[in-house]
Amino acid sequence: MANKQFDNHLGIVGWLGGGRWGVERYLYILHRLTGLGLLLFFLMHIFASSVRIAGPESWAAAMTILKNPVFKLGEFFVFVAFAFHALNGIRLIFIELGLAVGRAEEPIYPYKSSLNNQRPLMVIAMVLVAILIIAGGYNTFFGSH
Amino acid sequence: MRETAYWTWFIIAGIVILVIAGLHMVVMHLPMFGVFNPESGAVTDWGNVAFRSQNQFLAFTYIILLGAVLFHGFYGLRTIVFELGPKKSFQDCFTVMLWIVGLILFGIGTYSAIAAKALETAI
Amino acid sequence: MEKVTDKKINMTVYIRRFDPEKDAAPRQQQYTLEVERGMTVLDGLHALKQTQDPTLGFRFSCRMGVCGSCGMMINGVPGLSCNTQILDVATTALTLAPLPNFNIIRDLVADLVPMFGVIKGLQPYIQRSDMEEMENPTMEYFQTPHQLEEFLQFTYCIKCGSCMAACPTMATDREYPGPAPLTQAYRYNIDSRDDAGDARRDLVAASHGIFSCHYAGECSNVCPKGVDPARAIQLMKKDLVLNYFGLSKHRCAHLHKKPDKATYKPMIEVPPFTAGK
Repeated sequence: MANKQFDNHLGIVGWLGGGRWGVERYLYILHRLTGLGLLLFFLMHIFASSVRIAGPESWAAAMTILKNPVFKLGEFFVFVAFAFHALNGIRLIFIELGLAVGRAEEPIYPYKSSLNNQRPLMVIAMVLVAILIIAGGYNTFFGSH
Repeated sequence: MRETAYWTWFIIAGIVILVIAGLHMVVMHLPMFGVFNPESGAVTDWGNVAFRSQNQFLAFTYIILLGAVLFHGFYGLRTIVFELGPKKSFQDCFTVMLWIVGLILFGIGTYSAIAAKALETAI
Repeated sequence: MEKVTDKKINMTVYIRRFDPEKDAAPRQQQYTLEVERGMTVLDGLHALKQTQDPTLGFRFSCRMGVCGSCGMMINGVPGLSCNTQILDVATTALTLAPLPNFNIIRDLVADLVPMFGVIKGLQPYIQRSDMEEMENPTMEYFQTPHQLEEFLQFTYCIKCGSCMAACPTMATDREYPGPAPLTQAYRYNIDSRDDAGDARRDLVAASHGIFSCHYAGECSNVCPKGVDPARAIQLMKKDLVLNYFGLSKHRCAHLHKKPDKATYKPMIEVPPFTAGK
């Protein structure tokens, strides 16, 4: 008799999918990752921007540290994460409040599902994300501030 | 009912963040709109920072943004951690801890926003 | 996809074998199978069992996609073995495994009984507050075609477990009900004949409940019957939020009123039961 019951759950790897899944599955993963990244950033941001109450000299010192290219790049990533999380979030709000999933209809093969209903919204959201990333990249790397 | 309440306010917080953080992005990255950056130079120069800190509207909306982001972020973190299957005792403890840490951070941020209203504009 | 011809193709089939009484963990076994157009995965499994390996374990019943017994992972995607053509999903290699997120009974057979238990726990039957009418019915309930259409799609579920295998939340969260039970909870809640919405809402909106769904959408992608569990779950969330704000409309079906001049045909006497005699 086998001593241990083999655990057939996929575990956290199951969040990542298997390479043959739909786009929405990957948007779900990215939404989680950007959310966690933004939360981490925000916790640091509360303290960084609170430095201003210590006066102009402390503020100038903090800003000098943050002018380092590493932080500039990090700021770009934060912006990208924000753009994705916000626009995918708008899409998810429509979907999860039942507004973009369509009505129940009798299934007739080949089956269409709510994924087909929300696809135009998903495409628009991702196009806007791309535009924002390009605009943000231009502003960060070629902008004059 | 409690989970429905948490989730509904999580969504509402998300919409609030969209609006206010969107505004924040415009203020910080599109300085040509001028309104909140009266001094020439960078958006993060002291003159501009002090100006914005004293602005009643901005101070108020940033406090709301702080609360919304903390609630939205911590609820999201709680959901992710809970889905990894911890025990019920851990779940209750983690929820309480998130409330406490969240309220402390909210207090710190609000204190900063209010203290910053007394900043001198000139260096 | 290459053009499918009528010649036979030698397919390499990898099957995940596991006997809980003998093995500590699953292992992969390789076979070669001659595959021709029209052969389903289930046909292939029968051929393997009859000609190469009689110890191979797999479950099937109706072999026509209505019973839900033969759900398994076919080249990494959950589906029914009886209605998946091998040449539709594979060209040279076919990989079969039991559905993940369920215990394995043996080889390709997953234990779906816990899923049935969760579905039962969500009260998947019509309930009315007027108990007298439920126990001793006098009349039909009136339901418009639109009211029928609101839940009809979700009645097509055959409880095969493919959606549960595809769901990312099911991969880690043991307490999450899963797409199939949540869809059935919605099917009964939205049915205008049903009255027990509040009880089911409380069950569904608990911790580790419906709000652990984040619309990855894979359940609807893989459902072999077009039930679209993702749609049901999001519509259920809408119902829960409206209910939270006190905005949900209770559309309880009323008894059908007989038109004045109509008469019913006489009741047919039910013949005496013969079973058990």
